[in-house]
Amino acid sequence: MKRVFLDLSRCTGCRSCELACAVQHSRSQNLFEAIFESPPPRKRTYLESIDGIPYPARCMHCSEAPCIEVCPVSAMYREEEFQTVRVDKERCMGCLMCAMVCPNGVIGFDPYKGVAIKCGLCRSRLREGRVPACVESCPTGALSFGEFEELERQKRLRTARVVLKAVKLAEQGTLPIYSERTGGE
Amino acid sequence: MLQRSYDRVTQSLFDRAQSLGIETGIDRLGRQEPQCGFGQLGSCCRMCYMGPCRIDPFGEGAQTGVCGATVDTIVCRNLLREEVGGAASHVGHARHVVLTFKKMLEGKAPGYHITDRGKLLEIADRLGIERDGRSDEDIASEVVERALEDFTRQDGGMLNWLRLHAPEKAIEKWQRLGIVVSNAHNEIEEAMHRTSMGNDADPVNLLLAALKIGLVDGYAGLHMATDFQDIMFGTPQVRKIEASPAVLEKNMVNIAMHGHNPLLSEKILEWAGRLEEDAKKEGAEGINVVGVCCTGNELTMRHNVPMAAHNLQSELIMLTGAVDAMVVDIQCIWPGSEKVAECFHTKVITTEPFVKIPGAMHIDFEPENADERAEKIVREAIDAFTKRKDKEVFIPEGKATGLVGFSVEAILDVLKRINPEDPLMPVIDNIKSGNIFGAVGFAGCPSIKMRHTNMTEIMVKEMLKNNILVVTTGCTAHICAQAGLMNTDATELYCGEGLKSVLHALGDAAGLGAPLPPVWHMGSCVDNSRIATLLGALADRLGVDISELPVAGSAPELVQEKAVSIGTWLLALGLMVHIAPHPRIMGSPVAVKVLTEGLKDLTGGYAFVELDPLKAAEGIVQHIKDRRKALGI
Repeated sequence: MKRVFLDLSRCTGCRSCELACAVQHSRSQNLFEAIFESPPPRKRTYLESIDGIPYPARCMHCSEAPCIEVCPVSAMYREEEFQTVRVDKERCMGCLMCAMVCPNGVIGFDPYKGVAIKCGLCRSRLREGRVPACVESCPTGALSFGEFEELERQKRLRTARVVLKAVKLAEQGTLPIYSERTGGE
Repeated sequence: MLQRSYDRVTQSLFDRAQSLGIETGIDRLGRQEPQCGFGQLGSCCRMCYMGPCRIDPFGEGAQTGVCGATVDTIVCRNLLREEVGGAASHVGHARHVVLTFKKMLEGKAPGYHITDRGKLLEIADRLGIERDGRSDEDIASEVVERALEDFTRQDGGMLNWLRLHAPEKAIEKWQRLGIVVSNAHNEIEEAMHRTSMGNDADPVNLLLAALKIGLVDGYAGLHMATDFQDIMFGTPQVRKIEASPAVLEKNMVNIAMHGHNPLLSEKILEWAGRLEEDAKKEGAEGINVVGVCCTGNELTMRHNVPMAAHNLQSELIMLTGAVDAMVVDIQCIWPGSEKVAECFHTKVITTEPFVKIPGAMHIDFEPENADERAEKIVREAIDAFTKRKDKEVFIPEGKATGLVGFSVEAILDVLKRINPEDPLMPVIDNIKSGNIFGAVGFAGCPSIKMRHTNMTEIMVKEMLKNNILVVTTGCTAHICAQAGLMNTDATELYCGEGLKSVLHALGDAAGLGAPLPPVWHMGSCVDNSRIATLLGALADRLGVDISELPVAGSAPELVQEKAVSIGTWLLALGLMVHIAPHPRIMGSPVAVKVLTEGLKDLTGGYAFVELDPLKAAEGIVQHIKDRRKALGI
């Protein structure tokens, strides 16, 4: 199961993900044409910040998705191909019950069509072997995309490298803190 | 690496970089893409420390900066600052040449001379300088005074070089708009002042200021530089040259001159000649000076120096391993070049005190010590050759040949052979008959973002097919030369019947035994002045404003701020100016509206943004059709 992962320590709050998301949802899918479209395209990712620390939020495609459970007309559903949560715009009546129960606050509303809108993980891009638009646009690598298990493994390996390096240095007696501590004995 | 394919020679150098594991611009671009949308739209403001601020183009997020500046204010302020960067570069270039000329007159720069006395006297006459009973040096000193007055006067009077070169009708137009400029430095200062936090917030007022900076660039930059360079180094005449990175020679000391100011490159060329025997003593067959970027254009136009590389190829030619020294002065010099040079024995030598690159050798080059320093630089190149002479080199094959040197004077010389009394008449007759359907000036840069699309070549060929004569300058000229478009064969290959017949007639008149080429190399980027001079003369002869002529300008692969300010000058003159990629104005509805539409009522000019080469060509052809219709031809 592929998902977008966030490394908060790398996010600078540049809003490139928001811009790329809106362009992805434009008719032209081209920034310079999208800015002239009416109605304007709407983003599905939202940059918030607390005390100056940015936090980009989007649908997490929850396994137990309350939005799916709550929808009275079954417009919210899980699709098979990428196991994402999506809105059937034909069925949706815009009651926004899904938004009310979403713990992450990442369901928006399209005022022109009167329906709920949310991240669809850029399925059309995935089919072309590309990553979601927000991930591609992120200049610092705060957003990454891949198999959930592999992304988790990468994090384990990152930590492991640090730990193993420290152990090695300690064995050689060249770890500054270690040698300081033992040096006087 | 981005998977894009370029022309054969360029691609072979990219491939070599990849096989050697050497990073080039294409790798760096790959890591930058996708590039920041706010930056591309011009809607990011970094003028003060309440920011940086950016405006959401889709209306959901912030619509003003912290200070309350709208996207129109932000975009127009940013545009004006880009213009200042461009104009300051050209004005600095021109002032450097004028001051060197002054030192020469004072006997402090013995390495330089007056070469084109006729041009000096012509300019003196047009400035209204009394010549009777005065020495050339005395007259020249007064010409210098008038030039320097354009950097010193505080009375708000008109810029001397604008009065000297701008058509009367254009000056009237600018006076009505209140954009006639005075002291170039004051104009640049005012533009920086008005764009700093808490000053001009009116987007239209800012755009008018942008037009003013365009005029500063055109007259205190381009025209002034061309005039003094021609006087010192000679006015270009038509000559045959070779173009391509293939002009490097395995068994010679290769010196690549890169940058813009002929003050340096002329002296290096001279000393390369003087030290030929020293090079031979070290086992070289001689010294091969080749031109890169605009200083390359200056050298080729005056001395047949081969055109080795446009800006995008400037770091690539070092991958040959055959460049012994890349000697640079100002503008368009990529810091990454030094990293490529480090992989070989190549010495990158900077010469300007305000242009230094970490890792490069620096040799200060001043007019006073020009000969001593030029000799030192050439000896450094010979020294580098001794270290690489037995090493393997990779020089791509495939040289193009072509004719360059189409100064206005050179063009008029050919035309005078057809009609000595009224040399422009044959051109006007052929424009009227449609044999010359129109003319387009292609200027500017090779964009690494667009070069793989062959934007320039495709557009130029479309023009020729439609009997539209092409003139070109700058790195665009390198692209055209390498594509063979300056070769007389190109006339047969690409031109419509009307244009072909005119070029044959001109070739016969010039005694070439072949047609003139369909793309005329008019010089470096500062030599866009020559294009304006030619258009001004044509407009005057027809009794119309430049904006009424069936002509257009195009910067098909814009890179530098200088291209933005040159383009703005052309807009002020009243030309349609095609631009690609997108200029950083698209975030502002007001800037887009004024520059692509509203300006038509003010100067007659307008910007035309189109990235597809065929659609861009179609738009230009349509513009020329409209202009012809309005003239009743």
